[in-house]
Amino acid sequence: MQIHDNPTLKAEARNLNFYYGEAKALKNINMPIYDKKVTALIGPSGCGKSTYLRSFNRMHDLYPGNRYEGEIRFFPDNTNLLSPDVDPIEVRMRVGMVFQKPNPFPKSIYENVAYGLRVRGENNKRVLDDKVEQALKGGALWEEVKDRLNDLASNLSGGQQQRLCIARALATDPELLLFDEPTSALDPIATGAIEELVHELKKRVTILIVTHNMQQAARVSDYTAYMYLGEMIEFGKTDEIFIKPNDKRTEDYITGRMG
Amino acid sequence: MQHKSLTTEQVRALIARGKFRDTLFQAVGIIFLAIGLLVIFLLVSDMVIRGAGRLNLDFFTQFASRRAGQAGILSAWVGSLLVMLVTAFAAVPLGVAAGVYLEEYAKRNWMTEIIEINITNLAAVPSIVYGLLSLGIFVYAFGFGQSILTAGLTLALLILPIVIVSTREAIRAIPAMIREGSMAVGATRWQTCRYHIIPYAMPGILTGVIIGLARAIGETAPIITIGALTFIAFLPPVPFTEVSPGVSAGLFDWLMSPFTVMPIQIFNWTSRPDPAFEVNAAAAGFVLMVMVLSMNGIAIWLRYKMRKNIKW
Repeated sequence: MQIHDNPTLKAEARNLNFYYGEAKALKNINMPIYDKKVTALIGPSGCGKSTYLRSFNRMHDLYPGNRYEGEIRFFPDNTNLLSPDVDPIEVRMRVGMVFQKPNPFPKSIYENVAYGLRVRGENNKRVLDDKVEQALKGGALWEEVKDRLNDLASNLSGGQQQRLCIARALATDPELLLFDEPTSALDPIATGAIEELVHELKKRVTILIVTHNMQQAARVSDYTAYMYLGEMIEFGKTDEIFIKPNDKRTEDYITGRMG
Repeated sequence: MQHKSLTTEQVRALIARGKFRDTLFQAVGIIFLAIGLLVIFLLVSDMVIRGAGRLNLDFFTQFASRRAGQAGILSAWVGSLLVMLVTAFAAVPLGVAAGVYLEEYAKRNWMTEIIEINITNLAAVPSIVYGLLSLGIFVYAFGFGQSILTAGLTLALLILPIVIVSTREAIRAIPAMIREGSMAVGATRWQTCRYHIIPYAMPGILTGVIIGLARAIGETAPIITIGALTFIAFLPPVPFTEVSPGVSAGLFDWLMSPFTVMPIQIFNWTSRPDPAFEVNAAAAGFVLMVMVLSMNGIAIWLRYKMRKNIKW
């Protein structure tokens, strides 16, 4: 299998800085995101990996006092996601997100998945039914819930809820999917299911995943970036980063001497 | 330094002392609680005993009368109900919209700070001041007269701060991750409010509304200030029925009708010299009490019903 051959760019951070008020949380980040690949962000707590991830769907715009500098170029159309002229809603329509803690809406399983479509004005029952089924299959949840689509999502287990959230994000066919430590609230079995799913999903969508778990990064990702104190220390193919990192700090973190 | 563990006896003595204080506090708490409950119980039972003679169906279906034995609360309870209806229709949309705006849309700056402080202050304004305000604005400036509409709007102003504050508190109880989850699929602020924030805040909002209405239904001062009648022997016109030969009432004619409400009826009866009216007052007081308690009961039931499906 030649997964690393001629990757195309899906997105690229260029001289990205980010500020929470006065505090500079991201320092001059430059990094490519390759199309239909899984890129893992690793680093100790507070290194800015979640902050970086949340820049890709302009989540920081929801709160006052946050400021971006630099660009995140999004391909093939070369849009700058951070441009003030680009509506954050437009960005979120193209970039999906799965959160740290499963956050299904207190509605039915069906309505959770259909929500993204309803927001886009889709009300045709047949289209919705079809898309919900496709998305739930994409989230590897269909077989478990197909007979109880109208049950409350809160009745599902934690792992099922997280897969429901993945299905919710998939329903609108995003180009890039962001995962913010998606398994940190799950047990090992549910974690395994999510990791398998991520592996499956990269056939159709580009994935950027933040993780605290180095084995997870090694298992699921094609590329890995190590961040420390708001800086991008090292970026490369996962095999290379884990086998022979170039930077001493990356090596210390990976081998468990720090972090 | 030598470390020495406590002996078993010492440990047990310590625990016994702690437990004694535990029991003492519990006893004091129960006594205070009992005092409170006893007072309410005495008040209610006093009203029931004194008003028992008049607590029958006729009491609800008869108008006020100069003869105590024939006087009823028909116009008062109908008036109270209609005024509450107007109050709810005015206060809920205004209060909920204001609460949603302040929580979901307004930028945090000195303007919103001032608005917030003012809303809190408004809740503390004596109700008679609202009566004076309405007398000037609704009765004279807008020409609504001494009508159900005026009374309803006056009480709506009175409970508006309660509705706004409870709306905001209910919204704040919704976790940020729900809002983020909605925005992350590309929803606008309004879509997030419409599909999530308002429905999930509804149990809390409803509780606030009903607590507000329960307060409003007992208000006397502002209603007297705007000039409600104390003696009235007719009901507001029912829509589409004949009010005078060849003339039928419009859909909203009742809004402009003169009226009285329960607390005014009670006030009127207690100020009569004939002691027979005191029986009426006690009976009406009991009815008002039941109305307030059942409103609170409905609030608790609704909250329970609606919260059952909302889990994060």
